[in-house]
Amino acid sequence: MTIPFTHILFLAILLFAMGAACAMTRKNLFMILIGVEVMLNAAGIAFVAAAMRWQDMNGQVMALFVMTVAAAEIAVALALIVCIRRRTRSTNANLCSLLKG
Amino acid sequence: MTVLNIIFYIAAAIVISATGLAITRQSTVHAVCYLVISFMGTAVLFYLLGAPLLAALEVIIYAGGIMVLFLFVVMMVKDQQSPVDRPSRIKKWLPAIILTGISAVMAGLLVFADPGNRLRPPAVMGTPQEFGLILFQEYWFPVEIVSLLLLAALIGALYLGRREAREEDTR
Repeated sequence: MTIPFTHILFLAILLFAMGAACAMTRKNLFMILIGVEVMLNAAGIAFVAAAMRWQDMNGQVMALFVMTVAAAEIAVALALIVCIRRRTRSTNANLCSLLKG
Repeated sequence: MTVLNIIFYIAAAIVISATGLAITRQSTVHAVCYLVISFMGTAVLFYLLGAPLLAALEVIIYAGGIMVLFLFVVMMVKDQQSPVDRPSRIKKWLPAIILTGISAVMAGLLVFADPGNRLRPPAVMGTPQEFGLILFQEYWFPVEIVSLLLLAALIGALYLGRREAREEDTR
């Protein structure tokens, strides 16, 4: 398979942009989390592509660590959402403004 | 243009369109389902890029584990007043644009540092045995740290998710 490295990087950047746009503009807490997941996934793709580009396994190991951190992050974030839902009766991110100055 | 190239572009198109559908859905359940498709496509990409173990882990951990957990919580936390997402002002888009700009600039630097490079087919790399050897020979300490992180996340999730005693009294 001979694919320009640029194409894979372009794919990763496009995914990252989609995830960032979702995480920044949506109000539903679940959709924000989904945006973060998409961003982490894009980073994983970039790591694996770089591992193949330079024939170096370290990139793949980093992608594995990205995956693990994503799993830990999602577990805590989902527990937080359940907690917030219990307090505000909603998953609207705009209602979590108690610490707003 | 070999078969693998065609498969790569098809998988990339599936990933992009599934992600695009996922982030624009109003219903969270639909979004999660599209995201599972996106992660399956990503697993195909990983396999084509010479990372079979990561492809398997992507399906098992991401599509199988994280997304099912997501679905459970979405269905458990039934939202009566789901917030309606309206198109928002440019101020809210600014962080996304900045983040994407930074990543685009870094990718541009990478590309212009050595232009015209093509990914060679994986010669010897990428077997699970090799992956495991590198992981536990050179990265044993990060593995331990990550396992501690997972333990901390487990305890934190348990602590956050527990039912409060005071709240039970009021019910």
